[in-house]
Amino acid sequence: MNGVHDMGGMDGFGKVEPEANEPMFHADWEARVLAMVRAMGAAGAFNIDTSRFYRETLPPHVYLSSSYYKKWFLGLEEMLIEKGYLTREEVAAGRAIQPAKALKHGKFDLANVERVMVRGKFDRPAPQPAKFEIGERVRAKNIHPATHTRLPRYVRGHVGVVELNHGCHVFPDTAAMELGEHPQWLYTVVFEGSELWGPDGDPTTKVSIDAFEPYLDPA
Amino acid sequence: MSHDHDHHHDHSELSETELRVRALETILTEKGYVEPAALDAIIQAYETRIGPHNGARVVAKAWTDPAFKKALLEDGSKAIGTLGHVSRVGDHLVVVENTKERHNMVVCTLCSCYPWEMLGLPPVWYKAAPYRSRAVKDPRGVLADFDVALPKDTEIRVWDSTAETRFLVLPMRPEGTEGWSEEQLAELVTRDSMIGTGFPRKPGEPA
Repeated sequence: MNGVHDMGGMDGFGKVEPEANEPMFHADWEARVLAMVRAMGAAGAFNIDTSRFYRETLPPHVYLSSSYYKKWFLGLEEMLIEKGYLTREEVAAGRAIQPAKALKHGKFDLANVERVMVRGKFDRPAPQPAKFEIGERVRAKNIHPATHTRLPRYVRGHVGVVELNHGCHVFPDTAAMELGEHPQWLYTVVFEGSELWGPDGDPTTKVSIDAFEPYLDPA
Repeated sequence: MSHDHDHHHDHSELSETELRVRALETILTEKGYVEPAALDAIIQAYETRIGPHNGARVVAKAWTDPAFKKALLEDGSKAIGTLGHVSRVGDHLVVVENTKERHNMVVCTLCSCYPWEMLGLPPVWYKAAPYRSRAVKDPRGVLADFDVALPKDTEIRVWDSTAETRFLVLPMRPEGTEGWSEEQLAELVTRDSMIGTGFPRKPGEPA
């Protein structure tokens, strides 16, 4: 979706302001939110792409004015409601009222903690050979799906070169919508700065994205 | 747990959020989805086990062991998996090497993708709009925000983490460190030098 989360190339957000000796969390609730997201994901309530989509669909003014973990919290709550794990009535009451919905991998207890400490595997057996070779010129498609995609706007329509082939990976565009993994070849595609930003772009800059095959056409 | 919103709004937005977060945890616990002790354990694991010290060990090893460096650049996850002293790393880690000719910098314009196991949880600036928006369009300007200046003809390569691949920058070894041990070298490796928004410390430079 063409949301405000797709920020690459936008102006006006100001300087980057690193915080000296930044703590891991700025409040205890941030840590609880992180843990709940990890736990409910590992329990099978949602996949990582779906959780990203729920953050992206926060209203733009909310997305832009909320802290990082506030976005995580808002996305988590809405997602759990829409997926039937809790109700708005329960959220308003602050306690459980309805019976629980079964979780795919069961209750998240201490025995499951190690599972969340290593990232999941996203590569899958290839359903068909790769369409593109290393070194091949490709054009990022000019597409604007209203649902989740990992093709940022700033590369759409632009020509780049395939630099790496990462194998076949879960396709976020369908996984986020719970339409299946539909594994796709994943490539690092590199673009010249001037191709993306025009003649005024820094000629010494190159930018790459990792692009799934359905995002690309031969060029 | 109940919270009454009728009382005057004398609490900050933060405490409002805190109440909502607590309420959600209560509901998830009461419904039998999560065990609070397991949430505590996740937080404790993040606070103690992951962090830039993991990435620093990998970088220091690559600086001193050419065979390891070669393997690391070929397949980051596999090479790091051979190191017993570094916490386990997930798949799809790509290590990119800084040279005199090319400086690498990592961003996630769409969200906050970051090599957690190597660097810990990302800092706020990495997840915030100024960095995410400008890193791909004006990387030199972003580096200036970090007081980092590169020679004019150095190529800057920005890696936008748009999939489940994760990127770790292998910075250049500081001069004046000949004969240093891996442990000594690891002390020089900063988090930002592995994101590409900084350099490793020079010998004698304060932490």
